Amino acid sequence: MLVSGIKSRPVYGTLAPNEQARLNIVFADGEGALAVLAMKPAAPTAFWARTHVIYVAGGSAPQGHFAKLQALGTHSCHEAPTIASALPRLKALLGAARMGTQLYLAGTEPLMGEGMRVAGEYGIRHQSIRTEHRGSLARRVQCVHCKGITESVTTNIVPCAHCGLHLLVRDHYSRRVGAFQGVNIDAEAPGQLPKVEEVFK
Amino acid sequence: MAVRPQSIKVRVAEVVPVTPLVKRFRFVPLAGGLLPAFSGGAHTVVEMHDGAVVRRNPYSLMGSPDELDSYQISVRKVEDSRGGSVFMHERVKAGDEMAVSPPVNLFAIAWDARKHLLLAGGIGITPFVSQMIQLDRSEMPFELHYCIRNDDRGPYWRDLQQRYGRRVQVHRAESGLGMDVEALLVMQPLGTHLFVCGPGPMIEGVYATARGLGWPEENLHSERFQAPATGAAFDVVLRRSSKRVHVGTHESLLEAIEAADVEAPYLCRGGACGQCETGVLACDGRLIHNDHYLSAEERAAGRKIMPCVSRFEGRELVLDL
Repeated sequence: MLVSGIKSRPVYGTLAPNEQARLNIVFADGEGALAVLAMKPAAPTAFWARTHVIYVAGGSAPQGHFAKLQALGTHSCHEAPTIASALPRLKALLGAARMGTQLYLAGTEPLMGEGMRVAGEYGIRHQSIRTEHRGSLARRVQCVHCKGITESVTTNIVPCAHCGLHLLVRDHYSRRVGAFQGVNIDAEAPGQLPKVEEVFK
Repeated sequence: MAVRPQSIKVRVAEVVPVTPLVKRFRFVPLAGGLLPAFSGGAHTVVEMHDGAVVRRNPYSLMGSPDELDSYQISVRKVEDSRGGSVFMHERVKAGDEMAVSPPVNLFAIAWDARKHLLLAGGIGITPFVSQMIQLDRSEMPFELHYCIRNDDRGPYWRDLQQRYGRRVQVHRAESGLGMDVEALLVMQPLGTHLFVCGPGPMIEGVYATARGLGWPEENLHSERFQAPATGAAFDVVLRRSSKRVHVGTHESLLEAIEAADVEAPYLCRGGACGQCETGVLACDGRLIHNDHYLSAEERAAGRKIMPCVSRFEGRELVLDL
């Protein structure tokens, strides 16, 4: 059902410190903190001293990742309750930054999608961002019919939170919107749906 | 040799001396009407028939992309080279008929950039002339830093300063006030794209500085109109065409293939774009890779060659052409 091999499907890497960068901005959520902490052996103290961290703990708050990030000795370490509420700070940092700034995104796809979208507004191309996927595979889905966004989708088929159409969640990804595309699956025979499965846990 | 089907017949409308070493040529279409549209940074390949020898050299289009009744190029005379620029300077006169290729752009404006930082060395100014027209018209921020030897040797710097004011900074090497690349790069706002055109060492120096300051590869753009290297003559076998071709000392492999009436692809003719990539079927000897396209692994594998600039030394070379 899920068409694979779609080129727009983002590919994520493994975080590694860019030692040439004069300024580092790290934007992470949930388990993404572990990817940031994993850079520790490769990153000298001076690296952390020129690094800003913005972290959204979300559901992993009880694990206390933020305290470990604070202990890295970064230039600043800020916690935000949600991705959306973290964006003004990310924008402020990017707005004041010069060339030679490295952006790191770690955690869920919605966080990385939003981070890339905002970075694009400041002229950073997605290829030059260092990323690492950690935690949930849940997707942000845009309904191609009403354009509404449905958050935290874990199933192959989902009703659009806005217009209610049954959407097949595709691998087709929009960088501009930061969301996967959902296309109506039962247009010809309303109500006749393939098996709904939880595929993005 | 027959004119390639895609080339455009033009008449030389004007030859203007710009500096002691640079001349500007203006071409109008023989058939009348307009020439194909181009964008800032594009080049054309000019065909030169010098007796039995056909040379094809790329030159940046430096007119306005809005004015398609003619193409303009500037040529710097380089003595002791393969002879293309000397031919243009000494033999081409107003009224002559020539042929040029449709435009190709391998040095295009980065439309997602928040600022264009343009660095030119000498005749490397030419692609920026059309780029700046387009950037200015699109109200996109740009800054040109133009390195020249002295006031008499740098083409167009007065016109450009007049047109763009403080957006054009001229650095005169002889005055001892060269360009401080590091100081310039360190202060650029996020989202700046760097474009550099000039001699090879200048491009390499600027790239090394930018990388050292943490600039990503995506923001670095360069154009070098590298003339094909000369070297010892050699023979090459073209397997699919069943031909054996001799490549002379001052001739490129691509030129020799074309002279043998074998159609080979190309775009930049400077070892940068990858269009002329050709399979090596057998090689008893050493491939001399002069391009900037093949990766170190591809070179080591020895199964590909870029005939526009690369050569061969040894007993036998067989190409998939």
